[in-house]
Amino acid sequence: MSVAGAAADGLLVGALRRIGAVAVFFFRILAQCLPALGRPRVVVHQVYNAGARSLIIIMLCGLFVGMVLGLQGHDLLARFGSEDALGVAAALGLLKELGPVVGALLFAGRAGTALTSEIGLMKATDQLTAMEIMAVDPVRLVVAPRFIGGLVALPLLVAIFNVVGLFGAQLVGVQVMGVDAGAFWSQMQAAVELDDVAEGIIKSVVFGAACSLVAVYEGFHAAPTAEGVGLATTRTVVTSSVLTLLLDYMLTAAFL
Amino acid sequence: MRPNRALEIGTGLFVLLGFAALFFLTTQLPGSGLSLGSEAGYRVTAKFDNVGDLKTGSPVSMAGVTIGRVQSVGFDPDDFRAVVTLRIDPQFDRIPEDSDASIQTQGLLGGKYVGIGPGGSETYLKDGGQIEFTQSAIVLESLVNKFFANFAGRGSDGDSSKGQAEEPAKEDAK
Repeated sequence: MSVAGAAADGLLVGALRRIGAVAVFFFRILAQCLPALGRPRVVVHQVYNAGARSLIIIMLCGLFVGMVLGLQGHDLLARFGSEDALGVAAALGLLKELGPVVGALLFAGRAGTALTSEIGLMKATDQLTAMEIMAVDPVRLVVAPRFIGGLVALPLLVAIFNVVGLFGAQLVGVQVMGVDAGAFWSQMQAAVELDDVAEGIIKSVVFGAACSLVAVYEGFHAAPTAEGVGLATTRTVVTSSVLTLLLDYMLTAAFL
Repeated sequence: MRPNRALEIGTGLFVLLGFAALFFLTTQLPGSGLSLGSEAGYRVTAKFDNVGDLKTGSPVSMAGVTIGRVQSVGFDPDDFRAVVTLRIDPQFDRIPEDSDASIQTQGLLGGKYVGIGPGGSETYLKDGGQIEFTQSAIVLESLVNKFFANFAGRGSDGDSSKGQAEEPAKEDAK
């Protein structure tokens, strides 16, 4: 099941084998999720690692993404003389696309790499093997809590990203560009449906599962060397990013 | 277990913040309710035959300057008209009582706002007052319908004035 083994196959077979290995690993994690939830302290620790520690970067990026939306949205809408729709444009852009996607990309870079290198280093230092010798399933003790932590953390991070982004957009749109504050918020409230918010939340849950799964899989299957852990970390970022954008297209097509 | 305690507090704060953000997004964005800016000022009402898509929070402006906000848009079941409550900022307290209110559109695709044209009265609008002279929102569809109805009506009459009107236009087109 190791990645080194997959490389020996052809390109197509190797890719198929990797997808199959990820799927098998996913069900192994799912089977261990309930037992892992029986140790809430471990899970809380992982929510802290994946979520609370990513908070600053998420808020900072959310603010700037929102501010850019305010500027670009104003420039675009001003050409049609409808700057008042800026609130709607910024809210829909953030809720449906930018929040979940940019949030997931940042999450993959900030939390996903940490997960991969942590688990990979555990493997390189034979900690996972030691657990197996003691008849402790490392998937239950190490992998499942981290997966749940990422799954819980990303939707919350995306929600925070969206709120901060909205205030960034209103900061630039209303305070700097002079869009009317009442029109900004009232049109936003009138035009944004609960479905739009739900779409963003569902996307963030799916991205959270995908990015966390990729991160723990790459860590767990990393070659147990310094180089192997480094390569696994790189693969985490690349695979998570591509997967996020791919899933985003599929989910958007499904929702529209 | 001090580091563990700090960690749990940090996680708690993060989860609380996350759910507060989710709550904001799900409850405050769809549907109105978010109060903005000051609530100070006085309230006057105006009745319109048609308010178009005037919304709570839309600006009230006089000579292009925003002087207040639409506080609520209601419906009077007795005379089948819309009742719009306007909150005017306190410093604009000398609006003549016989001013007129009209519903206008910002730009081609913009939202609706209430424009107030000053009257000539020496007495001013006070809290709870009502603007008597109102002009409804212009509904583009009905304007287009009216235009085509007129056009079709004239066409069926087949009078000479239409022919005269059309010929110079054709020449211009060439």
